[in-house]
Amino acid sequence: MPRHPKSDPFSGWRTAVAVALLVVTGLVWGAPPAEAEYADVVLNRLSEANGMRPVIYPHWFHRIRFRCKVCHSELGFKMRAGSNDINMMKLMDGKYCGMCHNNNVAWGLDNCHRCHSGRPGMETGVRGGHKAGGPGFW
Amino acid sequence: MVRVWRGLWMLLCVVVLAFPAQAADKRNWKALEKDDVHDPQGPSLQDLQHPSEALKTLPSDGAGNQVDWVNALRNGFIQPRTNILPETQVNVLDLDLIYSNTGDQPFVRFPHRPHTEWLDCVNCHEEIFKTKFNGSGIKMSLILEGKFCGQCHGAVAFPLTECKRCHSVSPDTFRGQFGAQGPVPAQSAPAAGKSSPSAPDGKQTPNATPPKK
Repeated sequence: MPRHPKSDPFSGWRTAVAVALLVVTGLVWGAPPAEAEYADVVLNRLSEANGMRPVIYPHWFHRIRFRCKVCHSELGFKMRAGSNDINMMKLMDGKYCGMCHNNNVAWGLDNCHRCHSGRPGMETGVRGGHKAGGPGFW
Repeated sequence: MVRVWRGLWMLLCVVVLAFPAQAADKRNWKALEKDDVHDPQGPSLQDLQHPSEALKTLPSDGAGNQVDWVNALRNGFIQPRTNILPETQVNVLDLDLIYSNTGDQPFVRFPHRPHTEWLDCVNCHEEIFKTKFNGSGIKMSLILEGKFCGQCHGAVAFPLTECKRCHSVSPDTFRGQFGAQGPVPAQSAPAAGKSSPSAPDGKQTPNATPPKK
C-alpha cells in the first residue's frame, strides 16, 4: 500500500487529539498533592513568649508508633489542641510528652529544637485540617 | 478504513501509556521545610523524619493525608503500641451501631471495632458521646462544627466530605434492628461484659444501650 504523507499518524489532527487525550487523562487521573501537616498540632501558648519556636506535634509520626489511646488515655492528653495545661516543668516531671521523651522510650527533653521547630508567629491549634472538618472552624 | 484502524491503535496506545501513570503512587507529601508549619531555619530540622519517608509505604487513601490508617493497622503495615504502662487494660469492642435518624441520607453504621483499635472507651465516653444510644443529640451541623465525630474526622481521621463511609446503610434494604447490632462476640474486651441489647421486633429502639465498660 502506498504511504501517503498525510497518513503519518504523528502529524496533523491525530497528534493534536493524542496530546489532548494525554492531557485530559493526566488531569483526570492525577491525584492532588497530600498535606503532610494534616493534624499537626501547633503549641504556642508559652513557647514564643519564652524565646523558643512554637512546638510542632506531628500526629502522623506518632500514630505509626502508638495508638491514640496511649497519649489520649494513659498520658492524659485531652482531645482538643490547646486544652492541656502543659509546660516544661511538667514534662521534666515525666508527665505528658515527658512520659516517653525521657531518653528511655524516646529521645530526651534536651533536644529542644526537635519539638520547638515551628515557624514563628503561629497560634496554638490544629493545622492542615480538612476544610469541611471541625478543626477548620476552631 | 485504514485511518479508522490507526486512530483506534493510537487510542489504545494512549490508554496503555496512561495506565502506569494511574497505577503509580501519586501521593506526595510536602517536605518539612516547605510545609508552612516548620521553620526552615530550625537547627534540628534535619533530625526529623520527613512524612514521605514514613507514609509512602502505607496503604493509600483518597482523602485526608492519603493514608488508610485503619487498613495500615489491621493488615500489619504498622504495629503501634497499645500501652506504655504494663497495668493498662486495653479495650477493644466489636459492636456496630445503626443510626436511623439521618434525614434523606442513608443510615449510619458506626463500627466500634476500628475505633477502639485506635482509641480507648474513655476518649469518647462520656465526654463526647453518651454511652446510651441516641442519647447524645448528634447532628450533622454540630459534627461540621467540630463536635462529636467532627472532633477527629477532618483532623486525624478521614474528612467529613466522605459521606458514604458513614452513611453506608440503605434504608431500602436494611432489615435489621436499629441501635446495637447483635450480641457482643466473645473476643471483645472483657470490660465490655456480656450485656448485649437486642430488639428482636425489628423496630427502632432509641433506648438500646451498648454494653457499658
